[in-house]
Amino acid sequence: MSLLSVRDLSVKFAMRDNTVTALNQISFDLAKGERLGIVGESGAGKSITGFALMNLLSRPGFIDSGKIMFLGDDIVQMPEAKMRNIRGNKMAMIFQDPMVTLNPVLTIGQQMVETLMAHRKLSKAEAEQIAIVKLREVYIPSPEDRLEQYPHELSGGMRQRIVIAIALLLDPQLIIADEPTTALDVTIQADIMELLLELCQSNKVGLILITHDLGVVSQMTERTLVMYAGRIIEAGRTREIINDPQHPYTQGLINALPQQTKPGQRLKQIPGSMPSLTAIPKGCPFSPRCEFVKDRCHTEAPETVQYANVEVACHEVNRLHTDKAEEIKA
Amino acid sequence: MSSLSTPTEPSRWSRVWNSNIGYSFRRNPVAIVSLMIFLLIAIMSIFAPLIAPFDPYDLGQIDIMNSEYPPLWVDGSDAQFILGTDDQGRDLWSTILYGTRLSLLIGICAVVLQAFLGISIGLIAGYVGGRTDSLLMRLADIQLSFSTLMVAIIFLAVTQAMFGSETFNQYAIYFLIAVIGVAEWPQYARTVRATVLAEKKKEYVDSARVLGFGPGRIMVRHILPNSLSPIFVISTVQVANAIISEASLSFLGLGMPPSQPSLGSLISSGFDYIFSGSWWITAIPGIVLVVLVLVINLLGDWLRDALNPKLYKG
Amino acid sequence: MTTPQPLLEIRNLEKRFELDRGFLETLKFRGGKFVREKRAVHAVNNISLQVAPGEALCVVGESGCGKSTVARLIAGLLNPSAGEIHYDGQRIDNRSRRTLMPLRKKMQMIFQNPYASLNPRMTIQQALEEPVRYHNPSLSRGELRDKVAEVMRAVGVDPSWSSRYPHEFSGGQRQRIAIARALTVDPEFIIADEPISALDVSIQAQVLNLMLEAKDQRGLTYLFITHDLSVVQHFGTKVAVLYLGSVCELSDTATLFENPKHPYTRALLSAVPQLKDDHPNHIRLRGEIPTPINMPKGCPFESRCAHANSRCSAEQPRPIQQPDGSLVACHAVEEERLDG
Repeated sequence: MSLLSVRDLSVKFAMRDNTVTALNQISFDLAKGERLGIVGESGAGKSITGFALMNLLSRPGFIDSGKIMFLGDDIVQMPEAKMRNIRGNKMAMIFQDPMVTLNPVLTIGQQMVETLMAHRKLSKAEAEQIAIVKLREVYIPSPEDRLEQYPHELSGGMRQRIVIAIALLLDPQLIIADEPTTALDVTIQADIMELLLELCQSNKVGLILITHDLGVVSQMTERTLVMYAGRIIEAGRTREIINDPQHPYTQGLINALPQQTKPGQRLKQIPGSMPSLTAIPKGCPFSPRCEFVKDRCHTEAPETVQYANVEVACHEVNRLHTDKAEEIKA
Repeated sequence: MSSLSTPTEPSRWSRVWNSNIGYSFRRNPVAIVSLMIFLLIAIMSIFAPLIAPFDPYDLGQIDIMNSEYPPLWVDGSDAQFILGTDDQGRDLWSTILYGTRLSLLIGICAVVLQAFLGISIGLIAGYVGGRTDSLLMRLADIQLSFSTLMVAIIFLAVTQAMFGSETFNQYAIYFLIAVIGVAEWPQYARTVRATVLAEKKKEYVDSARVLGFGPGRIMVRHILPNSLSPIFVISTVQVANAIISEASLSFLGLGMPPSQPSLGSLISSGFDYIFSGSWWITAIPGIVLVVLVLVINLLGDWLRDALNPKLYKG
Repeated sequence: MTTPQPLLEIRNLEKRFELDRGFLETLKFRGGKFVREKRAVHAVNNISLQVAPGEALCVVGESGCGKSTVARLIAGLLNPSAGEIHYDGQRIDNRSRRTLMPLRKKMQMIFQNPYASLNPRMTIQQALEEPVRYHNPSLSRGELRDKVAEVMRAVGVDPSWSSRYPHEFSGGQRQRIAIARALTVDPEFIIADEPISALDVSIQAQVLNLMLEAKDQRGLTYLFITHDLSVVQHFGTKVAVLYLGSVCELSDTATLFENPKHPYTRALLSAVPQLKDDHPNHIRLRGEIPTPINMPKGCPFESRCAHANSRCSAEQPRPIQQPDGSLVACHAVEEERLDG
């Protein structure tokens, strides 16, 4: 049985006079202990996906249709009381800014003990013991002393470690990490990522890593979803997607990285920018920026098809491939 | 970005109407009603000389024999005087129209003066910072620690004694504007300074400095236009406050003379007769004052909510 | 060795930010009596750099290393606590705003956040026109409009959009407009403070290309502040790696990426997530960056360095010229304690 199974999930936002679609019928699965990356630029809908999975969307956003099956139950239909039990207990979330999770007026110890005692029948001393064990797991030096400290007394990297420790506190089966290292420095990011990877592997925890950084996804995840304008446009094994992307957007995204071009030369850029939710083009949302665009792309939204080891939503996927084959021949 | 390709520029009015402010206004019945009442009062008082059946300043139209007629709906009224007459026989309806005009004029002029002083001082304090800032803000603290009324009473009492009540009455309106204007500038200065401190950190100010612009240009052309929202909000509240201050001072006999009554002096002049049964001389201008101040404050509340960027972000 | 006259030269630049400003704040209660002490953040410590015409010097480092402070010092937004800044042979750090006016045109800055670097209450036309008019008051209306249209075309924004306000544009377009604004005064030197880090990946490439184009067409010299090493490799001709307000390595880009010498540079390079390599194998740095309030006496990197010894904690290393031309400030490199 898969841990998480999302089917045709649509999220809309109520605007002044109408609604806009933020997530357009997305479907994916996550096996137990699997690590999945969701990549996209701002406005692609990747953070909204994370919030929808936790059933944490707040007004004006709402789930319009679809199912989110988590351990056999549909989260969309679940009453709030039961959902609260799942959140934190079986599913935890790590945000970009640790201060979203940490309460600035409570000590680290108070916050961890409170979380534990809310979900488990434990004495305060027992809860503290678990907290110390978890802090040690995330390599926090002298965890006993940290329990007494307030979040502002710690550095950014340390705070994010504590957030991870809190996320792991109740041994969840799924961690949703929304840009967990974007606010951190590269050397600290590398540490945190390594830690997250290690913990997920050793505890068999499923991970959904939401990020804009293809490098991070490449190192952290087994499978990847690429999102654009609220849709999944490409999905498959991370290696396949990085090495042989099929969708023109994914190709453009990878080729635009400075590493892919000789120093000093012009980068391969994708023209234009991500459409805003209120003005998503008809047909394929990427069509105005696509170099392979055909008439059909402007009118008809592409279906997801299996192609060259990945699932891709593009009308012109075959043509791309023949082009490439010809290029190689020539 | 598809909106960028539309060739015709929307007119300024439809831009305002379709903006977030316009939208929040259309959705807020309290704001609509308040604005309508305010405009009604404002227009009527501006055109008071055309609307009013009598000229309360013209002694020739006043007959002491007409004094203390009640309003139309009370027994013993005179059909000439819709809202009755005051103790001197002036038509109350005309006097209220003229009085509201004075009250609004004093309120708005005093706020313009406050705003001018407060915005200049606040901009300089916030932008220059350091000792200048400390000095100006301590001045503001000192000013605030005297209540407006106290300052006004002392100032007006002294001037009244100095110039004699005749000269004072002649220039009362200027004295009132000056004293209310000067007494309340710290409200503006503090608000403006706080916004300037926030705006000053933004990169567009750095960018202007890198382009070599001088501090005056940066303050007036760049920071001030971005600090206007809180200025609008306090301006509405301050107009209401200034009208109340003026009414209080006039009520205490330090404001507009009985020959040129504002709402406050009208209320005051009727106060002596309230127990002899002529309640309307005080009550009707009182109601006008309360309604005027209330609608201005309601508009201010709405404006504060509408201009708070946190509320229309989501 | 004859080097061409540098366009920009900074010598022994230092910047401290006082933490305790008022007299009362400087009083501290220590060991039973009051003592007066002033704490300060040492943001920039004794940095010397040179930028030759046509170069693109990248300054890299992690948050708090003082790279933005260096940019703001050079741009004149901050005054240095010590040291000198020379531009084109003239000292600029001690001159008044008025005497600097002619130089202001030559040196412009691009900021990180395109959402904050344009005045939200000015149309694009007004924002672009203002600097031109300010520096060339004699221009006619028509000439002004031509100049604005020219820079807008140069950055790839349709001049017919000039009557719109910044909020009507996307982040990438706003950054183009911010670049256009800097170009209106025909500068020769651009300080770019993390100009692409607030932008999306596909937009980053567009803006970076635009800056490369401007460099070629207008012969611009850049000082480029960034934390992103892949951008450095692409954009820079020279790199200065900053750690805690000091330069630990300064060399040509190609040399630095082929053969990084300073232990911190090596750790930094190994920490960049790579696309192809799915086995993260980075050099772990122990500990966290010390605060720049209590600066260590020795090497600033000593607390996190795997090669540190007693000399490193006692004595600050000086930048030493290496055979391949790079400057490295590290005792271990000097003593050849590091293997290859």
